[in-house]
Amino acid sequence: MSLVLTRFREAPLSAWIGIALVLLIGLAAIFAPLLAPFPETEVVGPQYSPWAAPYYLGTDALGRDVLSRMIYGARNTVGIALLTTVLAFLLGAAFGLLAATLGGWVDTVASRVVDVLMAVPSLIFALLVLTITGTSVVALILVIAVLDSTRVYRLSRAVAQGILTMDYVEVARMRGEGLFWIIRREVLPNAAAPLIAEFGLRFCFVFLFISALSFLGLGLQPPIADWGSMVRESAKLISFADFSTWQTATFGLAPLLPAGAIAILTVAVNLIVDWVLHLASGLEE
Amino acid sequence: MTDATDLLLDIRHLTIEGKSGGQWHPIVKGVDLTLRRGEILGLIGESGAGKSTLGLAAMGYTKSGCRIAGGRIRFDGQDLVGASARTLRGLRGKRIAYVAQSAAAAFNPAYRLIRQYCEAPVRHGVMSRAEAERDAVQLYREMQLPSPDEIGFRYPHQVSGGQLQRAMTAMAMACRPDLIIFDEPTTALDVTTQIEVLAAIRKVVREHHTAAIYITHDLAVVAQMADRIKVLLKGDEVEEAETRRMLSDPREDYTKSLWAVRDFRRSPPQPVPEAAPMLELAGIDASYGAAKVLDGINLSVNRGETVAVVGESGSGKSTAARVIMGLLQPDRGEVRLDGIALPATSRRRPKDLQRRVQMIHQMADTALNPKHRIREVLGRPLEFFLGLRRDARERRIRELLSMIELDPDRFIDRLPAELSGGQKQRVCIARALAAEPEFIICDEVTSALDQIVAEGILRLLDRLQREMGLTYLFITHDLATVRSIADTVVVMQKGRIVEQGPKDAMFQPPHHPYTELLLSSVPEMDPDWLDRVLEERRAAC
Repeated sequence: MSLVLTRFREAPLSAWIGIALVLLIGLAAIFAPLLAPFPETEVVGPQYSPWAAPYYLGTDALGRDVLSRMIYGARNTVGIALLTTVLAFLLGAAFGLLAATLGGWVDTVASRVVDVLMAVPSLIFALLVLTITGTSVVALILVIAVLDSTRVYRLSRAVAQGILTMDYVEVARMRGEGLFWIIRREVLPNAAAPLIAEFGLRFCFVFLFISALSFLGLGLQPPIADWGSMVRESAKLISFADFSTWQTATFGLAPLLPAGAIAILTVAVNLIVDWVLHLASGLEE
Repeated sequence: MTDATDLLLDIRHLTIEGKSGGQWHPIVKGVDLTLRRGEILGLIGESGAGKSTLGLAAMGYTKSGCRIAGGRIRFDGQDLVGASARTLRGLRGKRIAYVAQSAAAAFNPAYRLIRQYCEAPVRHGVMSRAEAERDAVQLYREMQLPSPDEIGFRYPHQVSGGQLQRAMTAMAMACRPDLIIFDEPTTALDVTTQIEVLAAIRKVVREHHTAAIYITHDLAVVAQMADRIKVLLKGDEVEEAETRRMLSDPREDYTKSLWAVRDFRRSPPQPVPEAAPMLELAGIDASYGAAKVLDGINLSVNRGETVAVVGESGSGKSTAARVIMGLLQPDRGEVRLDGIALPATSRRRPKDLQRRVQMIHQMADTALNPKHRIREVLGRPLEFFLGLRRDARERRIRELLSMIELDPDRFIDRLPAELSGGQKQRVCIARALAAEPEFIICDEVTSALDQIVAEGILRLLDRLQREMGLTYLFITHDLATVRSIADTVVVMQKGRIVEQGPKDAMFQPPHHPYTELLLSSVPEMDPDWLDRVLEERRAAC
């Protein structure tokens, strides 16, 4: 435990920035009902009010408070993206490691299934499936998780194949260790670094993917607030923006708020991933 | 004798530091080195002695994470410490060239050999592309490469290791440099290949009157190549002398100990009269896909003895080990342990059978999981085979560590990356011992180690054998190892056993022609050895 603490103390500034930002967004997501000045979906004021109290970030086309929707949006978008990424990883890494370790027909079948899934552009595939299943949150999570697990599968299989050629795996096999032990004790610890890096990237992609689907109208459905659909709703405002005074300029900045939040979270996650990767790769030095 | 114009390289009080754990530690501690034109200097020492670092410094180069902390390097009157990158670039490849240990790793696999050859001369404006290609063929011929006219148009993977190393030397010669640095150029090669490469390198370097720094840990090799020898230990110079004097009359104790390494002979074990052999291979054929690698192997090992299997790479000796371990299913024949046939694959062998036969790999680096601490490396077989838990297991791990002469308190929590090469190999030995085996296959366990460390491993294995009554199958291409540890020798070539018998008989003539070739290719600590062997071979042709 003390080792973990030392590691934290020695973390570089970039990692600290990432941790702080992710914590901030995480806290906002968890305590959304306490933090948000207004409810998520209620019309509370006039349409398109400028940035002034009590609507610190103005109101949207229906008169809902943008700040409140940003805070709730963190909860919805980040929560779903996290759940989806974890699911995609469990699925992809499990099959990838199994396929690499067992080889033979297991590998062939799993790899061909993945090839088929990857052959169709994922956005089109998702649109297709979601029009059939309907756009419930569960369907959204499952579809994106399955689609993204194909990338995780590819990576974990390739990484595991490299590790499986090492003599220490041969030693374990000669000892008569079981499949599960070899995967868990010999392969997984050595595959952790690239998989963690992939997790950070994948999380960002899933996050952007949900935002993209929301933007297209097939993601989270209104009136639920999420950052992707907030960008879509306010996108057209850019062309009406009038930058002559501060009050009117805020109007044009409306789409940049959710877009900026997406960008900041993406960067923050990657800052942390970089640090974790550095720790995983370089031992002491 | 040394006049000013003759002096090519002059290194004074050179100190090089490397960074580890956030601090700078000296790697080379104030070493002086001089080299005259056309002279060959041998640099020897065990790993970590700083010989490669010193060799690279002669090009004004340090590896990343290292810095030159003091002293000066003058090459032909020009200062290399603090010289601009442009100046250094102009020298490197043109006037100073470098030949790396592993030619296979140093060539770019995507380009043909001759294209890589031409790069330096064209880049430095010494020759045009067409001239360089003509010159390459000429040098390939001098390096005694087969079909020199067309070998340059092959890719690195289409050429054997020994040929690649010669092509690499030819490439270093491309600009006719004044100095070539050879960094263990033959360490990765078989003895039979090594002798060809040594002969070719020496011929070219002498004919072109090129000065060279020859880095190696093999004393017999350096004796053939060098005019002068400098011995390094932990970044310090131990002594330096002209080759013949150094061999006949080393002054320092350390040098004497280096010289004595090859004299290790274990005392032969008491013959155990036993009717049936412990392990038998009966009529084994094996193949990888369509390629047949073992052809009718019959081999028997008696309890308590050490059988050495020798042969060059590709002779099938490691494949035989894989068949015994059940990692490769033979096409025909069977492996018997105490007269009982073993199931062909390890998966179908009962746990106790797997426990009794253990294997130690050549590369301890890849045989230890980098994420497992030693406690786990040794603990797992104890738990798996013997069912030891907690305190009993901990006690046994400590016993094993003491057995392999590593301090339990200091080592039990270390990761493999925190061990030296020799220590890693010791841990691998302990892991094999943890299973309490009767039979251990040692697959080239010392060939990745330098001689002093290797000797320590051999002594350890010998002691363990006497204490625990172990039986070894010792796979090696190093005949010095065979001489020191084997009772019985089996010589393999191209998947067949060409000769086998007791060690003493094997080292006495008459030999099978292949055994003769192997034996005569082992370098001896005699500066005239290479000339003599080449002479004899020429006469025999």
